[in-house]
Amino acid sequence: MSTQKSSLTRIIGASSLGTMIEWYDFYIFGSLATIISTKFFPQDNPTAAFLSTLATFAAGFVVRPFGALFFGRLGDLIGRKYTFMVTLLLMGGATFLIGCVPSYESIGFMAPLLVLLLRLLQGLALGGEYGGAATYVAEHAPLNKRGFMTSWIQTTATIGLFVSLLVIMGTRSFLSTEEFNDWGWRVPFWVSILLVVLSYFIRKKMEESPVFEKAKAEGKTAKNPIKESFGKKQNFKFVLLALFGATMGQGVVWYTGQFYAMSFMEKTMHVDKEQVDSLLFIALLCGTPFFIVFGWLSDKIGRKWIMMAGMLLAILCYRPIYESMYQCTNLSNKTELLSKQSTQASVQVSKGKNTDSVYVIKRTFSDGTSVSTTKILTLKKGNEVLKNDSIKTEIRETVHINQKDKNWLIFLVFIQVLFVTMVYGPIAAFLVELFPTKIRYTSMSLPYHIGNGVFGGLLPAVATYLVGNAKDAGHPQWYLQGLWYPIGVAAVCLLIGVLYIRNKARTIDE
Amino acid sequence: MNKIKRILGLFWLFLAVIVGYYGITSLGIPKFSSGKQDDLVFAIIICFVLLPIIVIGLLIFGKYSIQGEYDDDKN
Repeated sequence: MSTQKSSLTRIIGASSLGTMIEWYDFYIFGSLATIISTKFFPQDNPTAAFLSTLATFAAGFVVRPFGALFFGRLGDLIGRKYTFMVTLLLMGGATFLIGCVPSYESIGFMAPLLVLLLRLLQGLALGGEYGGAATYVAEHAPLNKRGFMTSWIQTTATIGLFVSLLVIMGTRSFLSTEEFNDWGWRVPFWVSILLVVLSYFIRKKMEESPVFEKAKAEGKTAKNPIKESFGKKQNFKFVLLALFGATMGQGVVWYTGQFYAMSFMEKTMHVDKEQVDSLLFIALLCGTPFFIVFGWLSDKIGRKWIMMAGMLLAILCYRPIYESMYQCTNLSNKTELLSKQSTQASVQVSKGKNTDSVYVIKRTFSDGTSVSTTKILTLKKGNEVLKNDSIKTEIRETVHINQKDKNWLIFLVFIQVLFVTMVYGPIAAFLVELFPTKIRYTSMSLPYHIGNGVFGGLLPAVATYLVGNAKDAGHPQWYLQGLWYPIGVAAVCLLIGVLYIRNKARTIDE
Repeated sequence: MNKIKRILGLFWLFLAVIVGYYGITSLGIPKFSSGKQDDLVFAIIICFVLLPIIVIGLLIFGKYSIQGEYDDDKN
């Protein structure tokens, strides 16, 4: 198959742009979750709070595999191009409409219900998009460039996260905090429709995948792709191999490097939010080109060993990395400058009724680290509120790290992103090569979204649970116990991958 | 190598049972009985999504391994 270089660039560009927009749409909901919950899911209403939890879990974990099945089947029956156009429009439409739904105060329960439904549509669309884009690009690529070309699709999840943060930051910079909280948060959702229309017209001009066209012309497409993928042993065994030997390990390594690192710094180390955002931004920016590097390298030395090396390094390095991260803000290792300690006491009115006493204690350390501890004592009619026979007190700690520690944390997060690029860069080409044309879209989408969405997506919840248990039990290294989940999953995946996956690129024309 | 793959099939069957047991007793039941709404959703997802995928998937994977479906000439 000989396709011109300019045409290949256009195919990669158009496919990657659309996939990047879908990730953007998916992430802005998460990035604006705090505001969204106040507008649509008031926490003092248990039913609305329940819908909020469902929106978080269901769209990310449960619905994505269904989207993979539904759109995968369509893609194998009627074509890749048509299907990933539909997912793009579905995602864009759902995202735009989330930005249009009136708040809970205006229309009551209809608001959270509509947002939940639209969020589920987002999950469905995302489930169908990735497999389509990866398959489409791979089916245009020559064998010796398949890893390189599909690796561009692999960068889109990270770039989508960047763009979502940039659009949110840009909108915030143009508006006051009140304006942003009032209506400005809707702007990033509206922006989506512009991006989607642009991507739609670019994708519309593209041709159908030549491999699929050929199969269709020869009458070799599947009549029932789901039955053929999962009902026949010779195909289903590869679906299981893809899941247990590649995607479940990739999912946990991806979530650990990109999201668990962030939540660990914010919630366990109490690092200042702005510092976390900026250092994560730099680490991701430095790491992103390596998706392409490892995709390209997989064309030279094979997909298997790059992915397996990424998993092995992650398994071996996670605990030392997180121990080193934790020690950056371990105050028992630092010397406090007592002369610089200050305490401020003030009174704040909360929820319009209660008056709280607020104490802010600021401490500075010899290495430049500063810590701000805020103690809030809830008062009701001037009296302290008791909870379990003690005064109800809320304590928040924020650590402002010095530049040296910041640089070190950037490096440690970058290393984790590097592991992500090793396992994620070559995986699209690997999955595409595992299945025949007639069931490729269906067969590769499901293990990808179970691995990434279910195994990876559950990481924060499972890790938080493990950390909480260890803390309650008084474990001296309680902060590292959440890592057992990604380490365990990646170790099983590594063993299966090393023993059962073969390191040879297959032809995908059959 | 084929022999190792087949023997390990037994290990995957064993692992499926172990993960199922500990998943339900260590993650599922404590979350179901905590009484919090967030925990309930988490427990439902663990017990009815994650565990079935792992347990049923590994059981079939183990069975296929024992049967030699992943032998070099069939892979």
